[in-house]
Order: sequence, then C-alpha cells, then structure tokens
Amino acid sequence: MTASPARLPRRRGNPVAGRVLLGAAGVVLLVVIWELYKALGPASGVVIGDLTVLPRTTDIAMPHVWDMIATLFEPASGGRKGDPVWLVVAQAAAFTLGVAAVGWIVGVVVGMLLAVLMQRFRTAESAVLPWIILSQTVPLIAIAPLVRRWGSQISVGDFSWENWMSVAVIASYLAFFPVSIGALRGLNSPDANHVELFRSYGAGWWRTLVTLRLPASVPYLLPALRLAAANAVIGTVVAEVSIGLKGGIGRMILEYAQQASSDPARTWAPIFGAIAVGLVAAGFIALLGVLLRRYRRGEVPA
Amino acid sequence: MSDTTADVPTAVPAVLVEGVDKVFDTKKGTVTALEQIDLTVAPGEFVSLIGPSGCGKSTLLRLIADLDTPTTGSLTVFGKTARQARIDQEYGIAFQQAGLLPWRDVSANIELPLELHGVGKAARAARSAELLALVGLSDFADSYPDQLSGGMQQRVAIARSLAESPRLLLMDEPFGALDEMTRERMQTELVRITAETGAAVVFVTHSIPEAVYLSNRVVVMSPRPGRIRDITTVSLGSAAERTEQLREDEAFFENVSIVRELLHGETPVGIRGVENR
Repeated sequence: MTASPARLPRRRGNPVAGRVLLGAAGVVLLVVIWELYKALGPASGVVIGDLTVLPRTTDIAMPHVWDMIATLFEPASGGRKGDPVWLVVAQAAAFTLGVAAVGWIVGVVVGMLLAVLMQRFRTAESAVLPWIILSQTVPLIAIAPLVRRWGSQISVGDFSWENWMSVAVIASYLAFFPVSIGALRGLNSPDANHVELFRSYGAGWWRTLVTLRLPASVPYLLPALRLAAANAVIGTVVAEVSIGLKGGIGRMILEYAQQASSDPARTWAPIFGAIAVGLVAAGFIALLGVLLRRYRRGEVPA
Repeated sequence: MSDTTADVPTAVPAVLVEGVDKVFDTKKGTVTALEQIDLTVAPGEFVSLIGPSGCGKSTLLRLIADLDTPTTGSLTVFGKTARQARIDQEYGIAFQQAGLLPWRDVSANIELPLELHGVGKAARAARSAELLALVGLSDFADSYPDQLSGGMQQRVAIARSLAESPRLLLMDEPFGALDEMTRERMQTELVRITAETGAAVVFVTHSIPEAVYLSNRVVVMSPRPGRIRDITTVSLGSAAERTEQLREDEAFFENVSIVRELLHGETPVGIRGVENR
C-alpha cells in the first residue's frame, strides 16, 4: 500500500514528456495485442476441455477498436435526440465523478477522524481497528439496499434524502478504509526522537498532532488517498447499479450492455467513460501530491 | 546573552540530583538502570557523563529533561522540579540524531520551539538569523535538511536547542554519528558557543578525549547498576583557552589518562596520547 517514504523523493530523472510517451505506448500496445488476437485467433476462442481460456474473436465478443471509437460519434439512442454518444457518456461520467467526489471527501474525513482517534487512544485502536477491517468484508450488494432504506426514512425540514446520497455513502464506505489505515500508520510514523523533542518543548497533544504528526503522515497518506479515490469511483459505479440511480455511468453500462447484440461496440463507450472518471480522480491525487511535495522530503540520516 | 548567568543566584545549581534511583519494569523482571545518583551542576558549568553502554548516562540525562521520571530520589533544575523546568523551557536539548523536521527549511527548524511558544514572526526570524550566524550556516537558511551533511544537520539541531536562550543544554551524544574530523570541529565550535551563551551543559558521550576537551568536570559512570564511579575536575582553563592546540597539549593527555584509568577502574596502563573511545 505504501512505498517506503524515504525513497519517494529519489524517484526523479524521467522528464515528464518521456513518461507521457511511455504511457501512450502502453495504450498502443494494448490496442495492437487486441487487434492481433482478433485477426489471428480462432473465431470460437481457445477452449481447453470445457474451459474457455481465451475469448471468442467474433465482432460481438471483440469489436474492432476503431468501431468502438466510431460509435462514440454516432447519435445516442436514448436521451435528447442528436446528442453524440461521447457527449452522453461525458455527462454521465461527470455525474458519477461528482457523486464519487462527495463519497471520497466524506470517506477521507471519516477515515482521518478514525485515525486520529486511534492514534490518541490506544484502547480505541484495539476496539475500533478490527471493526474497520471487518467492515470491508461486507459485500457492497448487501449494504446498498440497507443504506437506501435507512436514507429514505431521513427527512428533516426541507432536507430529504435522495438516491445519489445513498450512492455517495456507499462510495465513502469503501473510501474511508485505506485512509484510516494509512493515516494511522502515518500519524504514528514520527520516531521517538521527534516525539520527545516536542515533549521537551511542552507541546500538548494537539500541537504535536498539527505540527508533527500530520505533516509526517503525508507520505503515507497520499497512496491511501489514491486508493480511496479508486475505491470511491468503483463504489459509485457499482452502487449506481444496485440502487438504481439514473444519470451515471453505472446505469449506462447496464443499459448499453442490453443493446450489445445489435451494437457490440457501443457497450464499450460507458466503459471508456468509467476509465475517464478513474483517470481524472488519479490526476487529482497526483496534483495533491505535487501541492504537498514539501512534506515528502526524506531526511538524510546524519 | 553572556550575562544570563549573572541573573542566577550562585546558590541555585543548574541541576541538583539527590539519591536518584531508576528502576525499569520489564517482562523479565526489574532492571536497575541508576542507583544512588548524586550530582550537582553549577550554572555555566560544562559536565560530561561518560561510561560504557548500559551505564545509564542517557537515562540520567532523560531524567533531567523530564522525559522519564526517577523511581526514588529528588531532581531539581534551577530549583524547580524537572517537570516544571521542562514546561518553563529551562533547557534546550539535542540528541544523537539531529531530528530535524524534513519538511521545514533550516530557519523554520530553528524557529520550531519559538513558534510552538507563540513568539512573533519578526522576532523568530531575527533569532534564527542570529543563531545561524553563531553556528556558521547563514548561507543555508533556506536549505532543507536533506540537502545538508550530517555535521551541518547537527549544527542546525544545536542552533535549535539554543533558540530560547536556555541556561541549560542537555546533549545526548550529539556528535556520536559524525566522522572524526567533523567531530573535532564541532567540539571546538561547541566550546565557543557555550562560552558565548554562558549556558550550563550536561553532555553524554562515550569518547574520552571528547569529554576531556569539552568539560569542566567529567562524571565517570559504571554499568549494572548504573552508578557514578568518580567525578574528576578537568583543569584545562577557561573555554577561551581551549583551542585546537589543546589537543596536542601535555595537560590534555594527562587528563585523558586520568579519565581512562577511572573508567577502567584499574592501575594506569601508561599509554599516552592514543585516541581511544
């Protein structure tokens, strides 16, 4: 989950352009493999016994990459007339991204609070940590209807619970986990030397937390935040399906999959949308890492 | 700053340790780290604690710093309890590891204690500039710890320990991780700095020449249980007289021999001037 924080700042050298090029080369390689297999592989796939080890290469199972791209510019069947598929997908992706962001923020706040609580009170760590780990073994499908039912009973004044909030809650349920674990490790990362130095200054728990423990936790927190972002996106997409929330990528994947027999390439459009959401989320965390780079410096031991 | 000692009535020692025992409870039973320790450090005095590993010299320093509490006995710093002295910031402390915060540049590291105690920004900047000049790092105010050598990091740590002009400095093998040449240079600087600030110093080391070169008195300790075996006064003159030439001086070697004999608790071996630590 975490790279050794001491090694973080040493990984320079590669100019940005080189890395972008490598990334693009990876995508091209994937396309080439896809098309090569489609062209050369047997139409019925590779079957050993009753087991299909490699997929069929028919257009329904594996549409051409250029068909996938071309379909993005055709008019979408549902929704407003005339809007091309890519625009509909982009709108759905933006919706999903918004819900995932809310879930991520809630998850990060909850995860941080839990980590601070566990750092402060040893007993809290032994009491809460097992539950945190246990919470992640509950299948998403099981909690989605529960959250929806509980939510629907909430109605305070003008505020009424909406379905998208249930989705955000489920996203946060997946997002808080890596944050609480990563932050706890980070908050406990300052060595005895630093903690005693702060004690010698007569600094209280709160000052030590803000001035020492939080900055020291950044190298541990960033990978946790990245995991949380990925979890929030996945949680949102899956929860959209299980709660039946319209407007997002999750629902769209389901709808387009039903049309797969008539237009197999179109199935891939919302999947590209989901990938785009993941990329934006990862990009945001990378930006966060750049903003916090001061806290990622390693101290060279004396 | 050199007048800080003048404010203190000479009757009040910087550190007064009386009949202190320290017993640690471990899974295998109790371990007596310190037994019947009596020690007085006068204001402005430089006292080294020397002894083999496990003699409790670091433990004694930690008790003075109130990072740990004695099992029995009493311990006061400038007439206050160790706890009160810590809260009142009566001492500055430096460890073997520089312990700089890697995300703060050099001046921000030096200003850390001032910042924690609510000193204004302008006053902090002025003080850190002053201290950087004192430790000869004025050109590195904006550098980060990972850009500095070990010796430079340790100088920053010493500057930080001096930030609040403490009347007492507690140092736990601050030069232990440095190479011999850097180490000697740092010792010379420390003598100069303590002379300029007039602070009392309790200095933990296991290097005999280091203890002799720096100290007014050397406290020789023995292990299991940690006891003070002897205390010897080093008569090498005032800090101003302790220059690099002192290391070649006959009187210096004599004192090194005395401390070595005390450490080994045997009759003199008769070897002089051999670096041994």
